[in-house]
Amino acid sequence: MKETVRKPVLAVGPFHPLQEEMEFFQLTIDGEKVTDIDVRISYNHRGIEKISESLQFDQVPFLVSRICGICSASHPLAYVQAVEEIAGIKPPERALYVRTIINELERIHSHLLWVGLAGHFIGYDTVFMWAWKYREPVLDLLEEISGNRNNYGNVRVGGCREDVPDETIPKILKELDIIEKKTEMLTKAVLDDPVLHARLKGVGVLTKEAAIKYAVTGPTARGSGIGIDVRRDDPYAAYADLDWKVIAQPEGDVFAKAVVRLLETSESIKMVRQAVKKLPKGPIALEVKQVPPGEGCGHVEAPRGETFHYVRSDGGNRPIRHKIRAPSYVNVPSFKASCIGQDIADVTITLAAVDPCYSCTERLAVVDRHGSITHDYETLLRLSREKTARLQKDIGAPELKLPPNGAVGGKIG
Amino acid sequence: MNQQELDNRLSQIKNKPFGSELRAELLTTIERKSDKRIFLLCEAENAYAVNKFLFEDIGARFCTVTGIDSDKCFELLYHYSYDPTGCVITVKTFIRNRQAPAIESITPFLPAAEWIEREIHDILGIDFRNHPNLKRLILADDWPVGVYPLRKDVKK
Repeated sequence: MKETVRKPVLAVGPFHPLQEEMEFFQLTIDGEKVTDIDVRISYNHRGIEKISESLQFDQVPFLVSRICGICSASHPLAYVQAVEEIAGIKPPERALYVRTIINELERIHSHLLWVGLAGHFIGYDTVFMWAWKYREPVLDLLEEISGNRNNYGNVRVGGCREDVPDETIPKILKELDIIEKKTEMLTKAVLDDPVLHARLKGVGVLTKEAAIKYAVTGPTARGSGIGIDVRRDDPYAAYADLDWKVIAQPEGDVFAKAVVRLLETSESIKMVRQAVKKLPKGPIALEVKQVPPGEGCGHVEAPRGETFHYVRSDGGNRPIRHKIRAPSYVNVPSFKASCIGQDIADVTITLAAVDPCYSCTERLAVVDRHGSITHDYETLLRLSREKTARLQKDIGAPELKLPPNGAVGGKIG
Repeated sequence: MNQQELDNRLSQIKNKPFGSELRAELLTTIERKSDKRIFLLCEAENAYAVNKFLFEDIGARFCTVTGIDSDKCFELLYHYSYDPTGCVITVKTFIRNRQAPAIESITPFLPAAEWIEREIHDILGIDFRNHPNLKRLILADDWPVGVYPLRKDVKK
């Protein structure tokens, strides 16, 4: 008689042990190796596409900036570009530069945030402290320009709401110099660290072929040797006027993605500096009276990849359809290509955010390689309690009364 | 391939038959909204062939699909980006059977489309034939069966 083989599944989520977001990863494992991964999302679905249909064209940017606190400049920009495409508007020069400055500052703080978190997830908290400390002045600059550290609410159809005041320019340039030096130091410290090489190289490889099949974007694609970047390929805002380069690395592992993000941070600093110095004079917005019927696509290189918005208008004052695709929507499914065959310990950093939670013991059974259960939950609980009792006896603590075997949740002592 | 060559290749497929079971006219219209925005209009039964051509022959990068409940039909807009020229190519296809809307899934050759097809199945109730894993993605487990929140006739 053939025994039914049960595949052990390691459940990570939906309340994530490390991050504040809700997501649920089910890792099918064989020993230490991950053999399959199933991702469940949408615990936090807010129906923003539907809400957008009930708002006026000039209200939607405030809604879409709340899709993500970190990408709160890229989403509204993609949306207004789609609407400007429908209406055939070209915003004033100065507005394009202000948009560039806000978006690049956003990229700097987002990449530093990622570097810090990545360090934290692999237990390298020094990197976390550094990166987040250097990120702080960037948020202060954004606050000085837009009034907010996040959710800038600065972009509108036809231009921008707030200008970069000329008197803040010397301060921005001075801060940029400081941030640049710190970032350089951080980049060198991270990239020359042999421990990080050992920990991150060859881990979670996403091959170029898989990256194309899963249509990943942003640093995920550029880390796999696909040199795509909307800022260069379909230039918007003032990117065509600036001198910068697209960073790509061929390896596809976690280390390559870290290199891409760190070097991109330096490129972004250069871009902000150029944009601030070149900032043209003039108005920052056009008056937009009406959006004619039509449809438009706007896409923007957000820190995580391409943000895509499609807007359709019937000539009224509200969009009749507004489709939003954030970069993670295509980047997350690529875990199927990058995690399978990895050790559980490497999946932590491959998911870049996910830490398999071993305290989720009530969902876990110890299974040997052939799939038969050697210790189930109750046995593990009993063994654990027996061990505690033994230890307490050894150190002379008062004796612990164990509840009857299998009485899960029974009071101890 | 520069923009000129891309335009030529796209106009070639207009009348090119893909296999015997398909209609000779694969696309009904090519709309050029601007140099970098091209819309290819086709009927639902040809969408699979057009998508396969864009992804495998042209090498365009899949962005997403927009599902729209128009009054008379459902529209699916498959957005691609051809990055060497920065051109956004959209395949606009019409599903005219409102009672049992269905279309061939593109996930078998393009795994990037798995989630968005599941999402459109959730919110518009369109059946994607031959989809490997057409379970719920967006809607909660206790959401009533047969209620599609992005359809125009759904009650608030």
